[in-house]
Amino acid sequence: MPKAILVVENVTAGYVPDLPILKGVSLFAKTGQITLIIGPNGAGKSTMIKAIAGLVPVSGGRILVDNSDMTGLRPDLLAAVGVAYVPQNDNVFRSLTIAQNLALAASRTSDDRATQVENQYDRFPALADKRNDKAGTLSGGQRQVLAIAMALTAAPRLILMDEPSAGLSPKAAGEVLEHARALTDKGVSILLVEQNVNQAMRLADHCYIFAEGRNQIDGAAQDLLNDPVVGEIYLGGRRVGTA
Amino acid sequence: MIQNLMDGILTGSYLSLGAIGLTLVMHILRFANFSHAELLSLGAYAALVCDALVTSLVPVFATKLGALSLTWSLLAAIVVSMVFTGASAVVLDLLVFKRVREKGQELSMVFASFGMALIIRNVIGLIFGLSPELYSKDIAFAVILSQDPLLLVKPDQIFVLGAAVALMLILHLILSRTTFGFSLRAVAENPDLAQVNGVNLTLTIMAVWLIGGGLAAIAGVFYGLSHQIIPVMGRDLVLPIFAATIVGGIGSVYGAVLGGFIVGIAANLALVVLPAGYTPSIPFLLILAVLILRPHGLFGEARA
Repeated sequence: MPKAILVVENVTAGYVPDLPILKGVSLFAKTGQITLIIGPNGAGKSTMIKAIAGLVPVSGGRILVDNSDMTGLRPDLLAAVGVAYVPQNDNVFRSLTIAQNLALAASRTSDDRATQVENQYDRFPALADKRNDKAGTLSGGQRQVLAIAMALTAAPRLILMDEPSAGLSPKAAGEVLEHARALTDKGVSILLVEQNVNQAMRLADHCYIFAEGRNQIDGAAQDLLNDPVVGEIYLGGRRVGTA
Repeated sequence: MIQNLMDGILTGSYLSLGAIGLTLVMHILRFANFSHAELLSLGAYAALVCDALVTSLVPVFATKLGALSLTWSLLAAIVVSMVFTGASAVVLDLLVFKRVREKGQELSMVFASFGMALIIRNVIGLIFGLSPELYSKDIAFAVILSQDPLLLVKPDQIFVLGAAVALMLILHLILSRTTFGFSLRAVAENPDLAQVNGVNLTLTIMAVWLIGGGLAAIAGVFYGLSHQIIPVMGRDLVLPIFAATIVGGIGSVYGAVLGGFIVGIAANLALVVLPAGYTPSIPFLLILAVLILRPHGLFGEARA
């Protein structure tokens, strides 16, 4: 059984000190797998990812990556612990060219930066063709690909992805999710938040369902996909058991 | 007419330098810093003090550079003043603006900057007195470029223009070629995303103040070279610099450069048709025109 790359223990977090959005969430993500978080709007899915990324203050609990505590780590030091974060919207710098976006993203690694950037062009040839274009001119799907490529320049072991398929056509969404799957084959682990439940669950290994800042249920993605109750909770928002 | 155009270009060169610093701070820290023009005064006076110090310690440096009224010691003073003013801007941010930024709203920042402007201006007045100072008491003779139409220019002015253009080129190269430049632009566009891409926000903000303060210092000295150094120069410069920033589009360095020249040239050309007392109204008119026709400025981008 693969070991856990990410362990979240009883985390309470929110933008304002006295108004927690996450109220004691625990989860773990296994190495080389896609761990999916789904749930209704306002359940705290994105907040979970931002709390791990250090963008939302954590007021209680612990976040461990590879067994080392990274709770409250400054976001610019994420790469040092092997974590990369792909935000939902605005995940590339529109006013910079693709080459400049990648150069900036690669500047945080101590590896050979030029090689890291070249690797991304090899992996995503569509980006190489447009390297001197402003990122603002890219289509939604290409922008997601660039955002993923930027994350990969830091050679992360864990990638946090917040709704990579948001606003994309079904075809583009499928391609982006396929890219995610391909990454895990190389040993990268992914914590994925998605609204696109059906497509994402077919892809994921393990799935957590959040509601009202707590995790409600979790299990193998395949099992949950076939569970009639899950469809009902997700669509109806009814609670099962206690958090 | 051509003389006015020339004077306008020269005015534009120091306005641009001031506007570049202001536009960077306004874009990256997202507030209208009304104390930016005081950094020009601070820089001008810092250079004055440093120039006097160097001249008295090492009199050899008081020799002039060719036809310029600029001396070696003033050149050294400019460099020291850039560092001093940049550092002062960083300290000002740590003492005042950082605290307001963390607790207050955007408007609180504007008021805080107004307050800082008054404080800096009056402290300078208290220390140096209210009478004008000059870098060189000698009369700088203008060189006649052409007799008909009569075109006069002081060597100092050519130096100022050349130096301003060189600085803008350097800044352009930094912003468009280096990862440090990309990180500045990244923070301006999306601070959160910049951070998760490894940009240290605190250090970047310091760098912005250092650059903005340094350029303001040079602009202040250049203003002093072509006019005189007075404690209220910030008051006279704040409007044209804001106009240059707004005309160019907030956040655009190239816009600030162009805006500076537009404001400088427009104000000087206006002398042809308007009495001199009315020239301060030109920047206002330009701001109005740009806000009506192109609210984001010539090079600015809409921001959510």
